[in-house]
Amino acid sequence: MPQEEMVAMLLAGGKGTRLGVLTKNIAKPAVPFGAEYRLIDFPLSNCTNSGINTVGVLTQYKPLVLNSYIGNGSSWDLDRNNGGVTVLPPYVKEGGGSWYKGTADAIYQNIEFIDLHDPEYVLVLSGDHIYKMDYEEMLNYHKSKNADITIGVLEVPWEETHRFGIMNTNQEQKIIEFQEKPENAKNNLASMGIYIFDWQHLRKYLIAEAEENEDSAGDFGHNIIPKMMADQLNFFAYTFEGYWKDVGTVESYWQAHMDLLGKSPELDLQDRNWIIYSVNPNRPPQYLSEDAVVDNSMINKGTQIMGTVKNSVLFYGVKVTQGAVVEDSVILPNTRISSGAKIKNTIVGRNVIIEKNSKVGIEIDDKNADNELKITVIGDDEVIPEASNIKAGMVVG
Amino acid sequence: MTPIYKKGGTNMNNVMAIINNALDESFLEKLTGHRSLASVPFGARYRLIDFPLSNLVNSGVTNVGLLLQTKYRSLMDHIGFGKAWDLDRKRNGLFILPPAHIYQANRAYKGDLQNFASNIDYIKRSNQEYVIIGSPSVIANIDYRDAFKYHIENDNDITIIYRELDVFRRDTTYTVINTDDNDRIIDMKVDPKKNFFKKISLQRYLMKKELLLDIIDNCISKGEWDFVKNAIIGNLNNLKVYGYPFRSYAAVINSINGYYKSNLELLKPNVWQDLFLKNGPIYTKPKDEAPTAYKNGVNARNILAANGCSIEGEVKNSVLFRGVKVHPGAVIKNSIIMQKSEIGSNAHLENVILDKGVQITADKSLKGDTNLPMIIGKNTIV
Repeated sequence: MPQEEMVAMLLAGGKGTRLGVLTKNIAKPAVPFGAEYRLIDFPLSNCTNSGINTVGVLTQYKPLVLNSYIGNGSSWDLDRNNGGVTVLPPYVKEGGGSWYKGTADAIYQNIEFIDLHDPEYVLVLSGDHIYKMDYEEMLNYHKSKNADITIGVLEVPWEETHRFGIMNTNQEQKIIEFQEKPENAKNNLASMGIYIFDWQHLRKYLIAEAEENEDSAGDFGHNIIPKMMADQLNFFAYTFEGYWKDVGTVESYWQAHMDLLGKSPELDLQDRNWIIYSVNPNRPPQYLSEDAVVDNSMINKGTQIMGTVKNSVLFYGVKVTQGAVVEDSVILPNTRISSGAKIKNTIVGRNVIIEKNSKVGIEIDDKNADNELKITVIGDDEVIPEASNIKAGMVVG
Repeated sequence: MTPIYKKGGTNMNNVMAIINNALDESFLEKLTGHRSLASVPFGARYRLIDFPLSNLVNSGVTNVGLLLQTKYRSLMDHIGFGKAWDLDRKRNGLFILPPAHIYQANRAYKGDLQNFASNIDYIKRSNQEYVIIGSPSVIANIDYRDAFKYHIENDNDITIIYRELDVFRRDTTYTVINTDDNDRIIDMKVDPKKNFFKKISLQRYLMKKELLLDIIDNCISKGEWDFVKNAIIGNLNNLKVYGYPFRSYAAVINSINGYYKSNLELLKPNVWQDLFLKNGPIYTKPKDEAPTAYKNGVNARNILAANGCSIEGEVKNSVLFRGVKVHPGAVIKNSIIMQKSEIGSNAHLENVILDKGVQITADKSLKGDTNLPMIIGKNTIV
């Protein structure tokens, strides 16, 4: 097998607990995003666009939808004679098998897969961030700095540094200290969870950690990185500029969708120079009727709009009947909003039927009556009966 | 389920298909200057070829030959290996059948039977017993299974799928047929100037493969080169040729106005439901376009739009293909705007067809007639 310079390992086993009903049946990387995509489309498309041909996708939690979505990888041009995309669930070895304990353990358990491709570098990615990034540029940076490890970082507002892993760097961008969710941060460069390792280095540390520390959490942030830091390996920070979003919570998921709207959104999905690929369900064109009122919205094919849609993102197959009003909402695939229904600040799951004259997220419960925005969530396959009143901030499903 | 590779009498895997692209497409003027009729864009995200191809695949046909004639670069680009139609197979699948002049450059083109004859090996070697011969000039969502069942049960030699029309367009030409009470075809005419019959051929012909081979041989040996006129009409008296009625929507693309009206007709919900949702989906080459963005202050009503558009102006009663940009203040009415065209601010378009990549600069105004749309050729800057 020809040698690959860099192999990508995509961590896609996460449960995404804070997304609640949105990840009831699927792993977080399989969560739909941006009217057309799933979260995993972003790192997979970035790989293809960066010229990375070999990608291992590490799955664990509810992998069925994700597995069938990835298929043979042809949607991302990753059906290759050598490499391509390989789904890597935990498996049984001679001495028994175990679940992936953590991010580093997942890579450790797939050392054979990486060795098979014999790369010089390994790129570790997570499957649940929204961003467009050229990993090839990051690799060039890694090489030019003679780094052992390069970590993708992002400037965050100082008041939010306590939510991130913060990298303290010197003037050459060399990382001299690592603070996990610090009270008093010394810097505002946050880790994006994107790492380039020299494979032979990483391999050594993974094996040592697994063999020497039986109770290890097998985590990059807690086990491997601190150890490498202590051994004074060369860490460099690669600063990313552009849109990046961790859609870990219902609020950030909703907000990331609102970010797609407006005159010139920061994340331009229509840019033909950096296409975000997806499985591309085959659907007829979108239909807007004579009575349709659409404003500031992103709408996918296969939709039928007969009502009013404002400041919203609609996935394929959504039907908004005459007289229905959808505002500031995200409607996942194949959902039907019947006439007279009104929806605001809501995330509606797949295959939901909202019957006539229902109100969702319109009225605010008295006990919730502070000024904070309340996102309402309707889970997959729910039927909201006629004239229901789902108050703002409720979760159904 | 029957095994895929078993040759089974009345199962659809015993049927192959040939899509005949040897058509006169000159009536579409500029739209077919660079492409064959089969690859003319239609219905916001399709090409005409998508309809016959998808119909076949949805009916269970897995061996399809594409007979080419001229200007087929864009068609080949669109079809590729047939993956979008699930026709990239180890056995059967999609076959590209080059035109006769590739083999016999010195001979003048006599008719489409020449193309059949040049590819006779493909037809002979296919292991299906039956063949459907189709054309991209009529688009519909047809399920061939019932027609094939009827063909077998009625012991027909040739079955022609037809539609009874309520409205004949004066600007469109038809292949008309006349049947007796049992649907036997007793008369058939290609583009007659008078003597209309109410029924038209949808250009789908079903027969045994052996019969097709015999007919081709027979016609050519007599110096007859036209598939419909000689191979079909010439055999009405000596073969059992029956019609099978199709009752859903069908569009005949045989004139500029017919093409224009058929596109706008898709805005009627019953028409697009008939064409896009009944009898299975219409497949097309995926382009990975982002969803369409409707910007602040947009006014879009009664439109069909593909993905990748960015719309800020006013668009009414129109069909927008992939990646169209409409700037603020622009007004578009009763128009067909093809892939990647851009309409500048305050431009005004009414009754126009813009081919791919047309740029209309700001403040320009173009107006065609409802019965004679203005056509702007590919990549033109106005």
